[in-house]
Amino acid sequence: MRHIRATVDGEATEFLCDEGSTLLDALRDSLQKTGTKEGCGTGDCGACSVIFDGRLVCACLVLAAEAEGATVETVEGISKEGVLHPLQRHFLEDAALQCGICTPGFLVAAKNLLERNVDPSEEEVRFWLAGNLCRCTGYDKIIRAVLNTAAELRGESS
Amino acid sequence: MEYHSARTAEEAIELLTETGMDTRALAGGTDLLAQIRSGRVRPQRVVDLKKIPEFHSIEESESGFQIGASVSGAEIGEHPSLRAHWPGLVEAAELIGSTQIQGRASLGGNVCNASPAADTVPALIAASAICSVIGPGGRREVPVEEIVTGPGQTSLKLGEIVAHFRLSRRLKNSGDAYLRLIPRSEMDIAVVGAGVALTLDEDDLCVACRVGLGAVAPTALLVSEASNALLGRAVNDASLADLEEAARAAARPIDDKRGTRDYRIRVAGVLARRAATLAMKRARGLDK
Repeated sequence: MRHIRATVDGEATEFLCDEGSTLLDALRDSLQKTGTKEGCGTGDCGACSVIFDGRLVCACLVLAAEAEGATVETVEGISKEGVLHPLQRHFLEDAALQCGICTPGFLVAAKNLLERNVDPSEEEVRFWLAGNLCRCTGYDKIIRAVLNTAAELRGESS
Repeated sequence: MEYHSARTAEEAIELLTETGMDTRALAGGTDLLAQIRSGRVRPQRVVDLKKIPEFHSIEESESGFQIGASVSGAEIGEHPSLRAHWPGLVEAAELIGSTQIQGRASLGGNVCNASPAADTVPALIAASAICSVIGPGGRREVPVEEIVTGPGQTSLKLGEIVAHFRLSRRLKNSGDAYLRLIPRSEMDIAVVGAGVALTLDEDDLCVACRVGLGAVAPTALLVSEASNALLGRAVNDASLADLEEAARAAARPIDDKRGTRDYRIRVAGVLARRAATLAMKRARGLDK
């Protein structure tokens, strides 16, 4: 077992992990942050998307031990003091989810995009989110929710 | 499984060299961790290289670029000077996987995972990339086309790792390009990949050319017959037709779910020709 110190969702955090376990295992099993979902476990579906030292990654393709000293942001840190992030609000308003398993990954990935580019084209949104799979919605409503959030963040009515 | 994060190259080599241990070097992990999960590999020890400064930095100098083996695709894509000098190589690195994969996947991993369809290898071959390999016997320089020897196989000896890739600066009137075909628009493995780098002289004749082909043989190929088709000639329909034929002749692919042997041979010619045309436009400054 290894003792890891990291900053997770803004809080200094410590946990123990098996050296072969993934960051996804640590988040869900050691830290009970089950908002981050396991889909494929092989980096194909994006359900476990988190921000790792500022980069969007699949938590299933990062070893828990690699998180020593790192900053990790999950879906659970997106809302602040009980107030939904505009992306979360638009996902609800635009019905951009059905079963909800892919939603945390989409929220984390879309937030990372909008922090880099608050005025993405539809094509840019689709390419950025190509690593997040949804088997329910057909994607259109998700793309619309992201574009509507971007418009709101730019101060335009949506 | 033991996890070690090496702080220096010497530490990494020592950890990788210990006999009797099944040890793997870890860069971005996008191949290795998926292979561990599937049970395809069961290492007893993993040595993380990402904290070693030489491995995680891009250095630019008068002589060219030094790209650390664990630098991610996203970092390569965000490097303005690398984009300007080697747009084809940057395109190849950026084609790999999703945004999430781009955040981790590295050049060193893409080469040393030794997939015949690895996107960056034909582009690195075209760009005449040199690998700086370190190991128990010291440091040696190896042309990138000599690293991969077969699917999943490399020429690296016990304890050896690729530390960085060296590229020259872009010469005057030079350009490179990488194109690949996949069955859909994103997120798939190459049916064929073609990288071309070339240089034109004042009379618009081709004076240097390298052609790399991927996914048409057990390893990516350096196709000198294809570059010879352009050397000393204008890049026009006649010379490009010869390049296309030489690329087809060099291809010896397999049939699989992504494409038949005959289809891959044909596509190898078409992509080599299109990549050469794009590289020529870049050499003339007609395309970025």
